[in-house]
Amino acid sequence: MEQIIANGLYLGAQYALIALGLTLIFSLMNVLNFAHGQMYVLGGFVTYTVVSQFGLPFIVGLLASAAILAAVGAAIEKFLFAPVIKKSKREESTMLLAAGIAFFLDAVILLVFGEKQRGVPKILNGVLNWDFRIIMPYDRILIGVLAIAMIAGFILFMQYTKAGRAMRALAQDRMAAELMGVDVKRYSMIGFALGAMLAGLVGGLLVTITGINLGMGGPTSIKAFMMIMIGGAGVISGAIAGGFILGMMESIGLTLLAAYGDITYLVIFASLMIFLAIRPQGLMGKPWG
Amino acid sequence: MNRRSLLKSTALAAVASLSFLGMAHAENPVLKIGFVGVTSGPAAAWGISNQRSMETRAAWLNELGGYEIDGTMYDIEIVAFDDQKDPKRAIAGMEKMAQDGIHYVVGPNVDDGAAAVRPVAEQNGIMYFPYAFPKELYTAPASNAVLGMVANYQSGPAIYKYLMENNGVKKVAFVAANESDPLSQRDGGVEAAKALGMEVVSDSVTYQVDTTDFTPVLLPVIQTQPDLLVLSGVSPANAPQLIRSARELGYEGLISTETAQDATVLQEGAGELANGFISVGGASTPELASDAMREFVDRYTKMFGEYNDESNTKVYALEYILETIKANPAAMTDVEEFKKAMDTFEAPNPYMVGDAKLSYVGSTSFGQKRQVSVPLVVNVFKDGAFETLFVAQVD
Repeated sequence: MEQIIANGLYLGAQYALIALGLTLIFSLMNVLNFAHGQMYVLGGFVTYTVVSQFGLPFIVGLLASAAILAAVGAAIEKFLFAPVIKKSKREESTMLLAAGIAFFLDAVILLVFGEKQRGVPKILNGVLNWDFRIIMPYDRILIGVLAIAMIAGFILFMQYTKAGRAMRALAQDRMAAELMGVDVKRYSMIGFALGAMLAGLVGGLLVTITGINLGMGGPTSIKAFMMIMIGGAGVISGAIAGGFILGMMESIGLTLLAAYGDITYLVIFASLMIFLAIRPQGLMGKPWG
Repeated sequence: MNRRSLLKSTALAAVASLSFLGMAHAENPVLKIGFVGVTSGPAAAWGISNQRSMETRAAWLNELGGYEIDGTMYDIEIVAFDDQKDPKRAIAGMEKMAQDGIHYVVGPNVDDGAAAVRPVAEQNGIMYFPYAFPKELYTAPASNAVLGMVANYQSGPAIYKYLMENNGVKKVAFVAANESDPLSQRDGGVEAAKALGMEVVSDSVTYQVDTTDFTPVLLPVIQTQPDLLVLSGVSPANAPQLIRSARELGYEGLISTETAQDATVLQEGAGELANGFISVGGASTPELASDAMREFVDRYTKMFGEYNDESNTKVYALEYILETIKANPAAMTDVEEFKKAMDTFEAPNPYMVGDAKLSYVGSTSFGQKRQVSVPLVVNVFKDGAFETLFVAQVD
């Protein structure tokens, strides 16, 4: 049982961090960013390049992933999403654009970083073994703690900084925020950059554990969408809750259902369908949007 | 220079280069060989190493002036199609090959794609060389598919037997991704292990290919305390993570797979934890590689920046196609002639030291010669490189 909880918490922390960026972008701009997984992959490859190719410390790689993905996110918002949102009132326009960006990033990643699985050396050696009740490598514990620290940092940023308050105001009511003097264009761009940066940071963190390859983008996006469906789209606390719930469900399923084959995600998807039929707005979402 | 003249000169330069290229290629007739396989998505490494192996060899032959068949030098052109690991796309790819008048195709890389293209290949007179294991593709009445590598039901028993005799392995556990290829390879492996008298302690655990933490996946497997953990049909993307998780959970037994892997990927993803990992390779280990193999690796690396060890098993298909057509030039446009040549075909294997031969095998497994004879090279990973564990022959 202890092992299931430890695995669930570790998975939940990384999932929550992935979902945060996606829900932030959705709350600010009403955009379903299908390219979120590709941004995660790009972040992983940037860290890999900095650490394994240039031989620089892991923290430099992580910072590079954050900076590059923030820049990519800002550019995507300014030059692609902002003009489309301005010209088209149809929500599917931004969805199609996001899907197009996902395909484009996949192609760019293949061209620049190649088809191979990549990874960086372990940042910590050794395994915690608590009387065989919890077995957890130290690097996973560190990554889990870092992910939780980043989630806490993000919450504090959103709660106590001017930019955070402005973005929360935008998420609540875009027009009211504009009338109150919030620079909507600027904070939309900052929000998108922050969302992309979070995706890049998780990619950079996890490249030390799971490695990275170009095919990981799509499945990562799907999991992120599941998390925000569980927690409620556009709600930050919902994304965190969704991440930890999914992580815990996965951990429980993989341990208790292993004897029946790979039915964990079948059970998760079936549970999600039933849950959404009862509560379509998710745990913390509001039915009116 | 103003913009108009710049545009003019650019256009002229482009036309001139195209004309030059056209002239250069016009010297030799062109023999097109197709490739239909996965070159995007999670399994891209499988198909890309295939395609790049073919392109490297084709460029090499063209640089030497072409490939001689019946007194005529041909330039070899590789026509590639990404099937995205989707059987529908694989069918579209094979149809494209037929429309282009291509009679010889390498691929697809996976079972369902290889099965899906069979009717198109048979109706359009195409011989194809899949990297897929279902026996019905190669057993009569099927006759247009030629297995391009050693199948898991051929390599598995050889590896298990070796490990039983040399390492005292008795208990074996299997883990596979929840996809058709790995699952069928797992089932074949379980059958082979039982036939050898091994105790199968776990064979029901599977995982999603996008799993990011294998600890919960492997925990119930490791608790069964196997002597050998078989990663059935594992992709190069998942292998390092599985090895790493197993070792971190305290597993000290042997780990093996029947698929080809890449040493760099293992080193980056699992480091020294991957030491002792057993996989199927080709002919590029120092003990086996000929000068031609070393040159192939050099050329591949120069063309694409980095070599992929999976190409050690994928260097052969194009060689077989060309050598067989050379042996019977009528096969150039008539695959029935190709099939006739297969029964008696034999040529030197340029990629291995010694007197290894290229020939078609498969009579034991399929009742007809529908498999390329490549050496079953079983490698063990050590400190960032593969070492040859043992070599065997199939049929």
